[in-house]
Amino acid sequence: MIDGFLALYVFMLAAFTGKEIIGRVPVILHTPLMSGSNFVHGIVLVGAMIALANAESVLATVIGFVGVILGAGNAAGGYVVTERMLEMFKSSKDR
Amino acid sequence: MNTQMMLVNIAKVSYFLAAVLFILGIKRMSSPVTARKGIVQAGIGMVIATLATFAITGGHNIGWIIAGIAIGVIPTWLWGKKVAMTDMPQMVALFNGMGGGSAAAIGAGELLKFTQMVDMFKPPLATLALAVIGALIGSISMTGSIIAWAKLDGRMDKRFTFDNQKIINFAVLALAVLVGLALVLWKLNAALVVVFFLLALAFGVLMTLPIGGADMPVVISLYNALTGLAVAFEGYAMGIEALIVAGMVVGAAGTFLTQLMAKAMNRPLTNVLFSNFGGGGEGSAIAGAQKPIDPADAASLLYMAEKVIIVPGYGMAVAQAQHKIWELSQALIKAGKEVKFAIHPVAGRMPGHMNVLLAEAGVPYDLIADMDDINPEFKTCDVAIVIGANDVVNPAAKTDKSSPIFGMPILNVVDARQVIVIKRGKGTGFAGIENALFYQDNSRMLYADGKEAANSLIAELKALDGGGGH
Repeated sequence: MIDGFLALYVFMLAAFTGKEIIGRVPVILHTPLMSGSNFVHGIVLVGAMIALANAESVLATVIGFVGVILGAGNAAGGYVVTERMLEMFKSSKDR
Repeated sequence: MNTQMMLVNIAKVSYFLAAVLFILGIKRMSSPVTARKGIVQAGIGMVIATLATFAITGGHNIGWIIAGIAIGVIPTWLWGKKVAMTDMPQMVALFNGMGGGSAAAIGAGELLKFTQMVDMFKPPLATLALAVIGALIGSISMTGSIIAWAKLDGRMDKRFTFDNQKIINFAVLALAVLVGLALVLWKLNAALVVVFFLLALAFGVLMTLPIGGADMPVVISLYNALTGLAVAFEGYAMGIEALIVAGMVVGAAGTFLTQLMAKAMNRPLTNVLFSNFGGGGEGSAIAGAQKPIDPADAASLLYMAEKVIIVPGYGMAVAQAQHKIWELSQALIKAGKEVKFAIHPVAGRMPGHMNVLLAEAGVPYDLIADMDDINPEFKTCDVAIVIGANDVVNPAAKTDKSSPIFGMPILNVVDARQVIVIKRGKGTGFAGIENALFYQDNSRMLYADGKEAANSLIAELKALDGGGGH
């Protein structure tokens, strides 16, 4: 577990990183990029898996199970649609 | 070091690797040359992180975990593979809602766990507060995204309003925040947790109901950012670094993207969320008449032109005309004409959506120009073809202060020597506003379905070429 203030710094640095890495994105990639970042927060699956693994009661198991299903759907669906969109981007030189 | 310790360390190293791959992946996705590699890289990161997680779960509930992953992955994967490109916005909304729901579920699990703890083992204030905030944001993002999906998928009326809507919405949000505060500062009990989630889920629905279709891109982008934040906060509550970094990066990138979009539409975010669009203001009436043109005459205009700019809008995609339009463009290019595509930042239903649709039809991305680059070029263009676009070329946005779209940046199609508008009928656009461009002296209306119009233009061009010779 990371300590409070260290976490605050991690939050800040990650936030600046997020803004910086997409700073120069051309409009043509906005939709795939939104979809791609949508895929990346599918990492929530990992949290849901751990929550389900730690679940002791029936209620906690059900909640964790739902979390895993939704997280897995976010990751899988997000990946497929992003990959399909990006596959189509080609310049005149590529054909 | 015992085996369990070692497994945990392996997982932590894998999470670090995944976080690096996510950041590199998103960076690569912001350039057309490397974008494809970017998503594959991020995908590898996701697989590594997921596999590593099995190492620290110690096999507990492993059947449930595998079943849950299978139930989540299989249908979304198959659906994502076959869904039409025009439906991408609602798919992103739906998958985003799932992510928000997953974060909310983690929050619910954590809070319930905390309620069962005796006082001396209670979590630190920061952990509890972030678990609550993450749960709030995740819940709003989930139900909000589902409403956005239903609206974009045409399953729900575009807008839904009732008396005192703003006051009721605000009251629900305020109550949710108050109950959240009570959980953190006063009393952690299960009943209060349930009330908290019901209020948060309800607010997501209420907040999205009155927002019209034209504003949906901004809303989806906002919910994408919110899910990222929810994931980051729940990651903190659970002590998983990969969630903190990936969630926060997405939260920040998504917020930035939302701002870019709101700016492109000249609609401050507060307006998008708290005022109604597309139903209100009438704008001034327009004098004159729309002048029709038949395909043969339109083709001869094109035949004589040297530079043609095509302005596609969502209507083109609805008519599935993008392939035919590209065929027409290829015919024009072959005849030695300069052809470009002009894209408004919010053409389609998400920024860049139109680019995806054109890319699907085979249009190379170097023929596609952004608004700022192409706007000065309309002056030197002989014919501009507007197909399925309306509000984004409406000069009222510049000239008519009473128009609801006043101030929105537009494509300066007005400056072209000739304008051909391909349109099914005389109706108004998404925002329900009359378009002064259609009444201009140099505008001609080609009333037809987009696909048919492109087809007949191709045929007429061929006839002209064969008959007239060079």
